Order: sequence, then structure tokens, then C-alpha cells
Amino acid sequence: MAITEDEARKVAHLARIAVKDADLPALAQELNGILHFMEQLNEVDVEGVEPMTGVEPMRLKRRQDIVTDGEMQALILKNAPDAREGFFAVPKVVE
Amino acid sequence: MSDLNKLTIAAARDGLRKGDFTSLELTEACLSAIEGAGVLNAFVHNTPERARQMAAAADSRIAGGDAPAMCGIPLGIKDLFCTKDVPSQAASRILEGFLPQYESTVTQNLWDAGAVMLGKLSMDEFAMGSSNESACYGPVVNPWKVDDRQLTPGGSSGGSAAAVAADLCLAATGTDTGGSIRQPAAFTGTVGLKPTYGRVSRWGVIAFASSLDQAGPMTKSVRDAAIMLGAMASVDPRDSTSAERPVPDYEAALTGDIRGKRIGIPREYRMEGMSDEIDALWHQAAEMLRDAGAEVVDITLPHTKYALPAYYVIAPAEASSNLARYDGVRYGRRAKLGAGDGVVEMYEKTRAEGFGPEVQRRVMIGTYVLSAGFYDAYYNRARKVRALIKRDFDQVFADGIDAILTPATPSAAFGLGEMSGKDPVEMYLNDVFTVTVNLAGLPGISVPVGLDRQGLPLGMQLIGRPWDEGGLLNLAQSLESAAGFTAKPSRWW
Repeated sequence: MAITEDEARKVAHLARIAVKDADLPALAQELNGILHFMEQLNEVDVEGVEPMTGVEPMRLKRRQDIVTDGEMQALILKNAPDAREGFFAVPKVVE
Repeated sequence: MSDLNKLTIAAARDGLRKGDFTSLELTEACLSAIEGAGVLNAFVHNTPERARQMAAAADSRIAGGDAPAMCGIPLGIKDLFCTKDVPSQAASRILEGFLPQYESTVTQNLWDAGAVMLGKLSMDEFAMGSSNESACYGPVVNPWKVDDRQLTPGGSSGGSAAAVAADLCLAATGTDTGGSIRQPAAFTGTVGLKPTYGRVSRWGVIAFASSLDQAGPMTKSVRDAAIMLGAMASVDPRDSTSAERPVPDYEAALTGDIRGKRIGIPREYRMEGMSDEIDALWHQAAEMLRDAGAEVVDITLPHTKYALPAYYVIAPAEASSNLARYDGVRYGRRAKLGAGDGVVEMYEKTRAEGFGPEVQRRVMIGTYVLSAGFYDAYYNRARKVRALIKRDFDQVFADGIDAILTPATPSAAFGLGEMSGKDPVEMYLNDVFTVTVNLAGLPGISVPVGLDRQGLPLGMQLIGRPWDEGGLLNLAQSLESAAGFTAKPSRWW
């Protein structure tokens, strides 16, 4: 499987990273190099093997369904690049 | 008293308790060492005032007579740990100006034990790298130097390793996703321990690959690693993967008796093109353990070869998901927008200027292997291979092996800039001996064992059974004392 320039553009967009058109060929080539390296995995017989999801067989912890945290709007907004009237502000989304 | 910064944690603890010196004196010694070591570029956010306050508080606690071992010990903290009101930016431009409003569990545990924060240490951006060259602060320089080249301290915990090796602090925190504690420890002649996955809380540690990340101590001795792990580890309800296991006394596990322990030597780790020096040192290390009463056994871990490619599918996949949060909305940097730019342009421009090239590359690779049509071919296949890698280890431990001995790195520290312009995959090969341990969730420790012909340190890795950090540290200390590694970088900075 080789990544074309068009696919590199698509991946960059899915990852929400702006890439200049002029940089796409080099990006596609780099990604192809890495994918080629990963292709060694095709040599392994994985028939009947369950994909590993966690290191230890453990159940996710449960706790009482109660509020343990909150009331910290000012702390949460403190690092926002643009916060107004108690909200995160972003460029207009809906026309 | 001079040179207090050169002490180990154990020696400082004993001296503090005896009243030979104060934590304030110890802290001042570290602060002046840091001031004189700007050229190493290890400390990137200094907190001297806070350090003095914490030291004074530790001194009164020690005077009270019941202070824990870490009380009054000055530490460096990797930039990946969120520390309240102190810059914590994972060495990335995208987190410029970020001041966490909370404290990571690990650092909170250390402060609760009375430790002193000297400042934050550089690292590879988002812990992705093996040379510390991808930090937004510029590369960290290894205090070890044998010619006119400047060497890498390794990565990603390169700032931590350089700071400990240069005696700028008594010890430092590190994190390890594919070797990021053990490789820099090996490159700087220091000790680095990656605990079993789930032993140390990940809460408040900026996430790279959540199923692999684990924090651990970087120290001047194995005993120090035992002491510091005891303070870092905890059962944490805020981390759903934190193990419900009490934290044992790791220092008490250092009995010096390793008779009858079975040490495995995996034949698959004898890589083609491995330097003869590392091979010879590996043999010597096995001899040292045998002389101390251990039994050395040849073992096989047949899927070793596939660990690196599996890792470079899984880690970027998790990273692409974890790093989606850096969107210019909630914290950190937002790009300057042009007229008419919408929210998508904001995301794309922010991430393009905020992430460095290696982070961008991994986020995109991760996005690709998780995208529709490729998920099974890459991501699921890699997770199945990961299960087989873990099964290899399970088998060996079930056969009665107590620990596994391997080299920590395929070479000694290389020069800064030597790998730039090369294929990214070549840099990835640095992790060849260490990634298997993260994939299987095991504890691993790097111990300095000798110098190569150029005079640079080389480390050996011991891999332990899950949750057996105590047994692993005991073996590591036996290796440490047999190797008698006492070399230090001579001061040129």
C-alpha cells in the first residue's frame, strides 16, 4: 500500500494539520517509508489471536455515580487563548 | 559544605537526618550547579524561590524527627508532568504559556513526601524522540564529552538524564513509552527504572500513548531508584489503569542476595551489526550475575523482531487520539487567523505551527492506521502481534525465569545532529531493546556497567516479572556493585 499525494493531503486534513501543497510529495514519501517498515507485521501468523487491549486482565474500576468535582469554571477557562463571558470563544462556526 | 549536589538520595537522606547539613544547603548547592550549567540546556523552567520554600518546610519536618526518605531531596521534574502554576509544556510550542491548575499525582506524591522541586527539565517534544533534539527549547547536551562533538543525552527524558549525570539535582522524574527513561539513562551513565504498567499513576502526566506510558525514577544509584519509586508509586482512583496493589518497601528488597535467581539471555536480542563492545559487555554482565550466585539461562523470545513495527503502529495511533485535544481552544497556543478563517482553519493552522515535524509525522501516521479501511490491516494486526510479544514473556516467566538481561541500547551516545536528515526509521532503531518491555507492560531498568573505547558509558537492561520491581532492583543492585561503575563526566561546562 503506497500513499499518494492525494492521500497524504487527506490524512493531513483528517489530522487537522495544515500542509502546503509543495510539501505533500515529501510527506507522502516519509509516510510510505514508515508504512513500509510496518509491513513486516504481515509476516506474523496472527490467526486466532485476540488483539491486546490492556496489559493486565482487569476490569475498569467502578465508583458511585455521584458528583465529585466541579464548580471551577474560572480555573478551566484560565488557560484559554480566548475566553468570553464564561465560555471558550472560537471563530464563527454557523453562518 | 561543598558539592552537596553530588550526593545520592540515600546519602543525603542520612546526612539530613543526622543534621550534617540542611535541605536548604542541599538545595542551594543544586541551584548554583544549575546556574553554572546553562550550556547543557537541561533545566528549562526554573523554580528557585519555590525550591527554597519547600526546602525550608522540609527542614522543619526533618527537625520534627519523622520525615520520610524523600524529605528535603531536591529533584528535577520532566516537562511532561503537570505542576500547578509552573509551565508544563511537553517541550512543545503548542503548550506555550500553559499553566496547569492542578498537580500530577506523581509530583503530588513526591511533594507530600517532602521532596523539593528545582524546576522543569527538557525532553523530546511530547516524549517522541530518542535524542532530545525535538524539544522546542533546543537540544539538551550530554555532560559526557570525549572529543569536540556535543553528544545527545538520549531521549525522550534527556533533560532528566543530563541533569542527574551532571549533578544538577539528586534525581529526576522521567517517563517511558518505548525506552524514554532507559535509553537516556544508558547514554549518561545513570540508573533509569520503568515500572510495571499501572504501578505509577498517569494522572496529570501529559499523555503520549496511554497503553504504554509509565513514569519512573532517574537516579545516581539503584538504591536511589528504589527509594524514589516508593514515593512515586501509589494506588490512584484518578487513573483507571492504576493497579490496586499496595506499594511495598522497595529499599528493603535490596538484600544483596541473588543466589538461585534465574536470568534469561534472549538470543533474539543479539542483533546483526551490534557493536562487539556491547556484546562483550553483555557477556561480562551475565558473568557478574553468575558470580553472585544467579543461574544464567539461554531463552527465546521469538516475536522480538516485530516489536518495533508493532510499536510504531500502536504508539502513533494512541498519540493521534491523545493529541487531538490540542486544538487552540482550551489551552496553549492558537495561531493567528486570517480574515474569513473558520474553526477548521483555526485547528489546522494552530496544529501546523504548534507541533514540530516528528510530532506531526506521528499524528498523521496514527491517523492513517486508524482510518477506515486500514484499521484492521495495521492497527488490529499490531495489537495482535503485541499479544504474541507479551505471550513470549509470559512463557519465559512461567518456565521459572526471574529476570532477563539485555543491552539497553545498540550504541553509546551519538553526536547531536548526526541523525538529522536520516530516515526517521533509523532513529526508531534506538528503541530496539526497550520497546518490547512497554508493549508487554513489564518493569525494566537500565544500569551503567562500563565505558566504551571512546570513554562513553554503556548500560545494561534487566527486565523483570510484572510487579516484581523489588526483585528486579535487587538484581540490578547486584549488577551495579559487581560492575563498580563510578565514572563521572569531567566538568567542561
